[in-house]
Amino acid sequence: MALSLVIGFSLAYITLLFLIAWWVDKRAEQGVSVVNNPYIYALSLAVYCTAWTFFGSVGRATTGGLSFLGVYLGPTLLAPLWYMLLRKMILISKHQRITSIADFISARYGKSTLLGVLVTLIAVLGIVPYISIQLKAVTFGINTLTHFGGGPVAAPASILLDAGFWVTVAMAIFTVIFGTRKLDPNERHEGLVAAVAFESIIKLVTFTAVGLFVTFGIYNGFGDIFTQATYRPDTAKMLTFESSGVTSFSWNVLMMLSLFAIILLPRQFHISVVENTSPRHIPKAMWVFPLYLLLINIFVLPIALAGKMMFDSGIHPDTYVLSLPLAKGAAWLALAAFIGGFSAATSMVVVEATALSIMFSNHIVVPLLIKTRSIGGNDLVNGAARLLDIRRISILLMLILAYWYQKSVGNTYDLVSVGLISFTAAAQLAPAVIGGLYWKRATHQGAVSGLVVGFLIWAFCLPLPSMAQAGIISNTFVTEGLFGIAFLKPYALFGMTGLDPITHAAFWSLFLNTWAYAIISVNTQPSMLSLTQADLFVNIHKYISGQEYDILKREAKIGDLKAVLNRFLGESRSLSLFNEYQQANGFLPDNQKIAQAELISFVETNLAGAIGAASARLVIDSVAKEEQITLDEVMRILEQTREAVQHSRIMETKNEELKVLTLQLTRANEQLKQLDRLKADFITTVTHELRTPVTSIKALSRIILDDYERLDDERRTAYLQIIVNESDRISRLINQVLDIEKLRSAEQLHSVDTVDLREIMLSTVAGMQQLFAERNVTCSLPHSGDAFLVKGDRDKLIQVMVNLLSNALKFCDPVSGNIKIELHIKGHFVLLRVQDNGKGIPMHARDMIFEQFTQLHSHEQGKPQGTGLGLFITKKIVEQHGGTIRVESEPGEGATFEVKLPLFEQ
Amino acid sequence: MSDDRSSQLIILFFAFVVLLNYPVLQIFDRKELWFGIPALYFYFFFIWLTLIVVVGLVVRKKRKS
Repeated sequence: MALSLVIGFSLAYITLLFLIAWWVDKRAEQGVSVVNNPYIYALSLAVYCTAWTFFGSVGRATTGGLSFLGVYLGPTLLAPLWYMLLRKMILISKHQRITSIADFISARYGKSTLLGVLVTLIAVLGIVPYISIQLKAVTFGINTLTHFGGGPVAAPASILLDAGFWVTVAMAIFTVIFGTRKLDPNERHEGLVAAVAFESIIKLVTFTAVGLFVTFGIYNGFGDIFTQATYRPDTAKMLTFESSGVTSFSWNVLMMLSLFAIILLPRQFHISVVENTSPRHIPKAMWVFPLYLLLINIFVLPIALAGKMMFDSGIHPDTYVLSLPLAKGAAWLALAAFIGGFSAATSMVVVEATALSIMFSNHIVVPLLIKTRSIGGNDLVNGAARLLDIRRISILLMLILAYWYQKSVGNTYDLVSVGLISFTAAAQLAPAVIGGLYWKRATHQGAVSGLVVGFLIWAFCLPLPSMAQAGIISNTFVTEGLFGIAFLKPYALFGMTGLDPITHAAFWSLFLNTWAYAIISVNTQPSMLSLTQADLFVNIHKYISGQEYDILKREAKIGDLKAVLNRFLGESRSLSLFNEYQQANGFLPDNQKIAQAELISFVETNLAGAIGAASARLVIDSVAKEEQITLDEVMRILEQTREAVQHSRIMETKNEELKVLTLQLTRANEQLKQLDRLKADFITTVTHELRTPVTSIKALSRIILDDYERLDDERRTAYLQIIVNESDRISRLINQVLDIEKLRSAEQLHSVDTVDLREIMLSTVAGMQQLFAERNVTCSLPHSGDAFLVKGDRDKLIQVMVNLLSNALKFCDPVSGNIKIELHIKGHFVLLRVQDNGKGIPMHARDMIFEQFTQLHSHEQGKPQGTGLGLFITKKIVEQHGGTIRVESEPGEGATFEVKLPLFEQ
Repeated sequence: MSDDRSSQLIILFFAFVVLLNYPVLQIFDRKELWFGIPALYFYFFFIWLTLIVVVGLVVRKKRKS
């Protein structure tokens, strides 16, 4: 295939990408965000699939069997946690205007310049091998297309004849144009994201096309290809872990490395966090992205098997995706596949180099310039343009470094082996990032120690030996150990042998990195700024809705702040920012006035978007006098917040108590109302009871007065008798009401003596003998002559006896009445039983008779005698003495009242 | 932010960590073809698809309510 055809197609494809990016950016300027879509977000995340995936997976499958899948199963495994992890990272980053992974770590540990530099160095040095394999893949892609079947490609005579060099130059130009067109305070590049998403579709479609061609064109489907593979030992061993030499630990490490890579690789952080348009896209991306990974991996194994079965060792397995269509004469499919691989490589290089250049300029160059006063002061150089230039240069430098690495080291390794070196480097950021998100106690010193330890071990165990192998540095430290110490061999550190280099390096670097991070964190004190940042990162949800408490007290002239913003963001952008602030806060003091902390934070946050948090802090520090704030003060501010929380808790409990009190009051009120009603009833009843006899006395007296002459003696006597009776009734009633009042007012007995119930009974019966005789009622008394001693008020107990006896008298059989009195001792009680032989008490009335004003009516007996208070008073007196009263009755067989009083025992 | 959904997703994560690692993989690491597909390869893609579907369902279920 002609070289011009390949280049022509590639250029046409790049032009298409530019058109897409240009159109999307134009729409964005019009206020329409094309990339604000969960599917585009998920597709742009597929920047994860690079030339490594497109070409390298197949190559990896021929040596490591199914282990290539670990690189995709790791991210898939993490997908369920995105909802917490990625979301949190996005919220923090949007809140703090974080623009790179270095910025993120630096901001978490107190906006540290040192950490920014450190993470940038790890990222740049760690990712260079990864970029180099993209260049290599495109280069051999071109070579495969143009030289297929023509034998090995001769080494180029000069660098200008090397396809790799021109690929590097083209990539650099492409990246510069795409990634550094303008300086956006939020580092958002919608056009870039759209192009990446489009490239993801091209990758998937072309790779699947090759896969279908191989599986169903060359072979008869999956069954055919796999069955044939089992016949050959070299392909059969690719089908299981055991036969391809994948151990359980190396699989675990591979999964873990790729699980970290999906969030920690600078380009993944850039696409998934910095370029994210809304956290609402995460839920959909959580299943769409793993689905993409699944689809692009289906045909890897069939292609690898087919290549292995069809070709001799002369063709490198990394090129099977192109070689298979070419060998079968499908040149156009091969060209399409090349465009797919080209997409994979360019999208990776563009995003990665852009992300790295942001880090490089914000964390290394700008702090350096600020420190040396090259920017700042009264220098009126346009900072924005200068920043872009710095980024362009850093992109060029990184690509040159990658080209050099590929030429000198990369050629001796296959794609995936080199890529995994970068994965291991990126994983070094994991403790600092994940610890920083969930562990408040983690300190700046801990993060620095962890990163330094991890980075040194990584460098010692992976890139340095590979450079030694390539002959760049001396090989002795690999074979004999550093300084000749056998324990310090890079592939068998501390004597650990039997692991492949990646697993070995990943184990030691991550283990010691995490250990250093944790131990140093626990043993150091966080700075004040670090403390507030830690709280913000760990408890970001507290800050999203609520007010940020500003702990740093800073003062700066408004004019200075304006000058700083002008320099870094350009005049128009800074003017619009100040207008925005003025609108939000209603005022903006003139230039000579001192700005409040709030405005300074606003400027710093916006500046951070352009030059990173650490640099922004340095710049602001140069114009703002910062009042040194003591730890006590910080504690006080934090304490205030805590007090507020406690206070509200106390309020809650108080509220609960109030509710209970209110309930009690309501109940008491109900009781009072009830008592009031009872009292009213009582008075009504008493007056009624009084009126009845008064009425009859009045009526009869009037008759006697008016008709004295006409009445005979008998009549007159009868009337007078009634008047006397009724008067008795009235006085009785009044006495009893007085008794009740007395009983009510004195719940306890006044005079307590030892009294003999039997003596009381006998004297009462004696006093009432006349009444018994009148009614013709006989009275049978207990035979026993013993004393029945109780503690009590003698007069009151007599009253009980009188009441019981008169009650019995009232209800006795009118013809042959009999009252039976009994006294017993039962346990610690004296039982007094008074039995009559009247009609008895109906069942329904038994509970009522002890209530006040209960009178039993009956047809035969007509109007009841008595006041209805007797038994009520009796009951009250008995209760005062600590006893009980009850009634037994069978209708027609009389009633028995039983009083139970505590026996007085000497 | 629903705690329910978060817990469900964390449980899913740990379940799939077990499913996609040794010693469970040992069971499927055998020289057999299932439906014409190598057993381990078949297992990986089956679990993979299951994870996608389950995550999709968890995420979707909550959005409705």
